[in-house]
Amino acid sequence: MSLPETLIKRLHEAPSGEPEWLSEKRRAGASHFETVGFPTRRDEAWKYTDMSRLSSADFAQADSAELDHARFDALRLDIDACRLVFVDGLFSEALSDLHRLPEGVEVSPLSRVMAGDQQAISEQLGRLTAIDFSAFAALNTALTGEGAVINIGKGKAVETPIYLLFISRNNTTPVMSHPRILVRCEAESEATLIEHYAGEQGAANLTNVVTEIEMAPASRLSHYKLQEASQSEYHVASIQVDQQRDTNFTSHNLNLGGAVVRNDLISDLNDENATVDLLGLFFGQDRQHIDNHTKVNHNAPRTYSNENYKGILDGRARGVFNGRVYIKRDAQQVLGYQNNANLLLSDRAEIDTKPELEIYADDVQCSHGTTTGQLDENAIFALRARGIDEQMARGLLTLAFANEVMERIRHGELTDRVERAVAGKLPDRFNLESLVEDTSL
Amino acid sequence: MLEIKDLHATVEGSEILKGITLTINPGEVHAIMGPNGAGKSTLSAVLAGRDGYEVTQGSITFDGKDLMEMEVEERAQAGLLMGFQYPVEIPGVKNIYLLKSALNAQRAAQGLDEMPAPEFMKLIKEKISFMKMDSSFLHRAVNEGFSGGEKKRNEILQMLVLQPKLALLDEIDSGLDIDAMKVVAEGVNSLRDENRAILMVTHYQRLLNHITPDQVHVLIDGRIAKSGDRHLAEELEARGYEWVIEEPAA
Repeated sequence: MSLPETLIKRLHEAPSGEPEWLSEKRRAGASHFETVGFPTRRDEAWKYTDMSRLSSADFAQADSAELDHARFDALRLDIDACRLVFVDGLFSEALSDLHRLPEGVEVSPLSRVMAGDQQAISEQLGRLTAIDFSAFAALNTALTGEGAVINIGKGKAVETPIYLLFISRNNTTPVMSHPRILVRCEAESEATLIEHYAGEQGAANLTNVVTEIEMAPASRLSHYKLQEASQSEYHVASIQVDQQRDTNFTSHNLNLGGAVVRNDLISDLNDENATVDLLGLFFGQDRQHIDNHTKVNHNAPRTYSNENYKGILDGRARGVFNGRVYIKRDAQQVLGYQNNANLLLSDRAEIDTKPELEIYADDVQCSHGTTTGQLDENAIFALRARGIDEQMARGLLTLAFANEVMERIRHGELTDRVERAVAGKLPDRFNLESLVEDTSL
Repeated sequence: MLEIKDLHATVEGSEILKGITLTINPGEVHAIMGPNGAGKSTLSAVLAGRDGYEVTQGSITFDGKDLMEMEVEERAQAGLLMGFQYPVEIPGVKNIYLLKSALNAQRAAQGLDEMPAPEFMKLIKEKISFMKMDSSFLHRAVNEGFSGGEKKRNEILQMLVLQPKLALLDEIDSGLDIDAMKVVAEGVNSLRDENRAILMVTHYQRLLNHITPDQVHVLIDGRIAKSGDRHLAEELEARGYEWVIEEPAA
């Protein structure tokens, strides 16, 4: 399929003054992308998610990161954090706050690192997510110019979360951005990273982000991805994690917004006692399309994974869950659990769910299950017996369904935000509007 | 307040209740006792409006209204509230949400606005402290991981918040140790007043040492075989149910 001319032109314009290593990566990315183009439903991995419309879309690039405080405040999480803010892909120094940067931690916009000492990132960029990972990873490599570079120093336990906020404006001409996030957790470090994608109503941009996370032995990372793009946006994210011995990675993949959303999340458990927890919540309404592909590679013995993805779909929304657990030959004594549960709130909502287990070792414990179902009738009765009408009882139980994932969120402000957003997205007939408000003693 | 007349009910085609007649007036506390299989839980289920029970004959009137015409939630909103023998665990639904939505549903049915949040929290705080419960429990899921005693306390807490006209307590003493029993009984006793009635269904007399009934009814084979005052319960405890069965129906 042919690509828009402006895009082809952009692929061949190397930003001036860049080092050769970067230009080389860009050229390789551009050439790979030009060969494969945007995926279509003929590609197995994109069978349910149609990206072909992007081939005829024409996205500009943002030329300023200006945003007034009122618009910013309306979108941001009110959280005590070390904060980098990007507006349509461009770094906004004015809206960022690096004062809370804890000792032993480096957080910088990618552009700044590229302009300075690039030695470290020249090896890091693309090491985990190579250009052949997907068309979008190739496109990101070809066009990225901004993002974040994060380094958690050896043995540092960082309480203050690192908060990356990507704001998508409602522009006259839609723009595209290709943020690159490079994270390095040094040995025995501990940190929390929040990636927050917030779209203004009506924003119709394309965000195509790649996150590469390297975890040295005995490091721990809590990763939150809160995706609240507008319902007219394309959002594509590729997250890849390299886990060494004794590492612990917890992912909270919370997807509430977007017109067409695709997340690819891959964890490589490369040495003993590496543990990954994958928690996911997606909620689609109207014509939203949310696709989550996850992959856990147990490349070493005694590695552990636990995955729980929950989906709620209303209106004509469509969800996709594809979860693959791979256990390498002789990777013994592995535990791998996977669950995907979905609730359909309307007859026209749809879910395609596909768990995949691929096991080449004999001493392992694995399970997977998917349910697409109904609410517990006994619980509905118990609520009605307290005077709560049936619709509201169903609403409460739908919120409860999401709660199983939300209650694992370790930041009060984030929990509240997500819970309110979920309650707010539930159909009016459930009448839950006033329920979720301040109920603290 | 509650008037049951010649009530017959079937479960999966077999008749369990075979003509119950019972009147409960405001201010009264009644106990229904009886051996296993007499129909106690069927009577509770019919009053609560559970599916799968068919009333084939007779009537139930609550506050002048035909109870059988009321939906489950309408019964609760009108003030008939059931304390369950086996309270259901509802993962993910916080207690505070259950209490808030139940109270506001009741208020809406009475044409009242929602209770403002500060007032609501004050009310809840007072009631949980009365039930000797920890406030952290409000943000836990309904009954999830609760012990038997905690579940029953939670049932009574809901009653204290919702202030029913008629509280139905189905085997509320089952699974309770003596301390929990005292707290539960105190909760129930605090509900007693001249405008409210309480109906307890129980297998054992034990509960009645803590909550003294005005009237005791013995349910045998789907009928009320004998009624009396609280001394009847003591007699049942001492002599068992056999002698009632052998006596001709009252």
